[in-house]
Amino acid sequence: MNSRAFRRGAVAVAAISASAIVLAGCAGSGGGTPSSDDNGEVTLTLATFNDFGYTDELLAEFTEETGIEVVHNKAATSNDARANFFQKLGKSGLADVEAVEIDWFAEMMQYADLLAPAGDDVKGRWLDWKEAAATDADGNLVAYGTDVGPQGICYRADLFEAAGLPTDREAVGELFPTWDAFFDVADQYKEATGKPFIDSANAVLQGIMNQIEYTYEEPDGNIIATDNPDVRESYDTVVDRAVPVAAYAGQWSEDWFASLASGEFATMLCPGWMLGVISGNAPDTTGWDIADAFPGGGGNWGGSYLVVPANGENVEAASQLAAWLTSPETQMKAFANAGTFPSQVEALESSELAAATNEYFNNAPTGEILTNRANAITVAPFKGPKYFQYHDALQNAVTRVFDGLEDKETSWDNWVTEVSAF
Amino acid sequence: MTTTASRPETRAQTPEEPRQPRVISFSHRLSKWDLKISPYLYISPFFIMFAIVGLFPIAYTAVISFMDWDLVRNSGTFIGFDQYIWILTQPHFWTALRNTFSIFLLSSIPQLILAIFIAAVLDRNIRAKTFWRMSVLLPFVVAPVAVGLIFTAIFADNFGLVNTWLGNLGLPGIQWHKDPFWSHVAIATMVNYRWTGYNALILLAAMQAVNRDYYEAATVDGAGPVRQFFSITMPSLRPTLIFVIITSTIGGLQIFDEPRVFDQFGRGGAGQQWLTITLYLYDIGWGQWNFGRAAAMAWILFVIILLIGLVNLLITRSLVRDEGLRRELTKRQEKELARQAKKDLKEAV
Repeated sequence: MNSRAFRRGAVAVAAISASAIVLAGCAGSGGGTPSSDDNGEVTLTLATFNDFGYTDELLAEFTEETGIEVVHNKAATSNDARANFFQKLGKSGLADVEAVEIDWFAEMMQYADLLAPAGDDVKGRWLDWKEAAATDADGNLVAYGTDVGPQGICYRADLFEAAGLPTDREAVGELFPTWDAFFDVADQYKEATGKPFIDSANAVLQGIMNQIEYTYEEPDGNIIATDNPDVRESYDTVVDRAVPVAAYAGQWSEDWFASLASGEFATMLCPGWMLGVISGNAPDTTGWDIADAFPGGGGNWGGSYLVVPANGENVEAASQLAAWLTSPETQMKAFANAGTFPSQVEALESSELAAATNEYFNNAPTGEILTNRANAITVAPFKGPKYFQYHDALQNAVTRVFDGLEDKETSWDNWVTEVSAF
Repeated sequence: MTTTASRPETRAQTPEEPRQPRVISFSHRLSKWDLKISPYLYISPFFIMFAIVGLFPIAYTAVISFMDWDLVRNSGTFIGFDQYIWILTQPHFWTALRNTFSIFLLSSIPQLILAIFIAAVLDRNIRAKTFWRMSVLLPFVVAPVAVGLIFTAIFADNFGLVNTWLGNLGLPGIQWHKDPFWSHVAIATMVNYRWTGYNALILLAAMQAVNRDYYEAATVDGAGPVRQFFSITMPSLRPTLIFVIITSTIGGLQIFDEPRVFDQFGRGGAGQQWLTITLYLYDIGWGQWNFGRAAAMAWILFVIILLIGLVNLLITRSLVRDEGLRRELTKRQEKELARQAKKDLKEAV
């Protein structure tokens, strides 16, 4: 009797546990959607990465104005945010307001129909090209621009002096009207010191390519990457002139970070956010300065957007938050918090921005310089959905030449073969 | 399961078989079913789990591999074997395959030889046995990413530890991140660091199971330690060796962590010097969001591992002799001998 009872119990337990496991397997998805309280009070979620300058105090201001609570989640890197974003877009589980980086922005624009369009009242706040990139084929503005990355030239005044080059900010600025002039100075520097002039060859590639409107793809989906003479010319310029005077093929390696302080190279192409990278990694180095110049006109590198997924629960309130966070006033506060250079016309004209200086860079008027650099941007490069892949492959081609693995022609041919498969 | 459990009740409640002389009670029936069904229920949790987390993804991958899949919109169009053809025509795929095999051979062979050697040493009577055995396993505990960080510092091109030593000896530094062969050596070193101790412990366990009488008898017969190792230990290790070789083959062909952390981009190098199949698969899936192609790649890898596993099994079987069956003559030779013996017998008669 006893053993039978036990057995009967065991069967039941086995059956229950088996079905429980099945159920557990089916649950798991579908959680994590934003909620509103029973008394109608809305709580919004905001997801960003790195540092947008959205501090708790800043978000508290929004709560004070509107009564809407904001929960802020930060991903460690933009790559994490990208993986999360594309896995959940079109399903559920995204925050009410999501940050999108410019590197994968074009990729995201393919799914513009899954985003809530911004109201007409916010249109026209941004620099033209910033807003144009966020407008889909139907003319809907689907993303709120946060910052931009206008580039100047950072240089080591002490190393310039040793090489017999001018050190004064304005005189240095006049050295670089064109890329040719830039490389001429580079050759001169290398001859005088025997050391590389610029940090990395691929940064130069980035700088040059960001001045071309159509590089790899055209808006109608036509692929021009391998036939585009502009791309070939950029590649030739970089390989012929930048590779011999560059310290590294690419950025962000251990050695590269170490060289920010060691003075292995004398210049860098500097978007606003790069100032923090330099001062953060070479805190004890003196001599870094920034010139109000960029070869061949202005150039933008980086900058993000905020988007509101259309299937969220509180789309209206979320749009309100996104608009508030990207308003000129809030952007100026974010600039003060994290140095993210504003993309709003009104913020660019503010006296506060014009007065901003940077002690580390020899008290350079960074606000004024970066504003000039932003205004100098005339070309808004069209970046199609596969821009990242094409550009990454071309960077590899430059790296192969830099490392001496392949000669210029072989490396180009390999790039052509590679991208024809995408 | 619920239906089978509830069925007896309904049956028991319908006593429409009066001719039956003996009413089999419900509990009797239940115990009969219990005997038949319960064992399957006891082991079912594993199989249900396996179906959810193992079988379903495998099948789903197979379906996706035939489609042009859009992850965001969760939809795809059927395109047949296009993805497979695309992968097989990629030069990168073949480079990745070459790299994977190169790294696999550079890691597995020295690793197994070293593991057997370490196990043989640990198998002898040494002091502080447990200490030595545990310290062999220590590298295995270190997270692969941490291993990557340590070895990145060791194998850095400019200021790396190894190149500094070479410089002190007056030798030129090795271009670890440029030359494909040396990058494979560096990655294989990371793999060996991590897995040698693990395999050594498995082999040690097998060695401990060998009957000590064999060794005593061999010692009496005058066999030295080397002869004992090759004539007793190695043949006894055969099943374990097969296991270790197959697991390290699977691991070696799926190598990902070590090449991924070998440089800051984790994409296998500008010239695909250390691009492995799983690294390529990851890049197609999570870099380019092309899950159809990634799925096809996963299946190709699956087939490759299956084939290599089979070849491996055959080679290992013929290389390492079976214990007990120490046949020194081939069948033909045996027959020949038997015939000879018969002939001799006849002649003698």
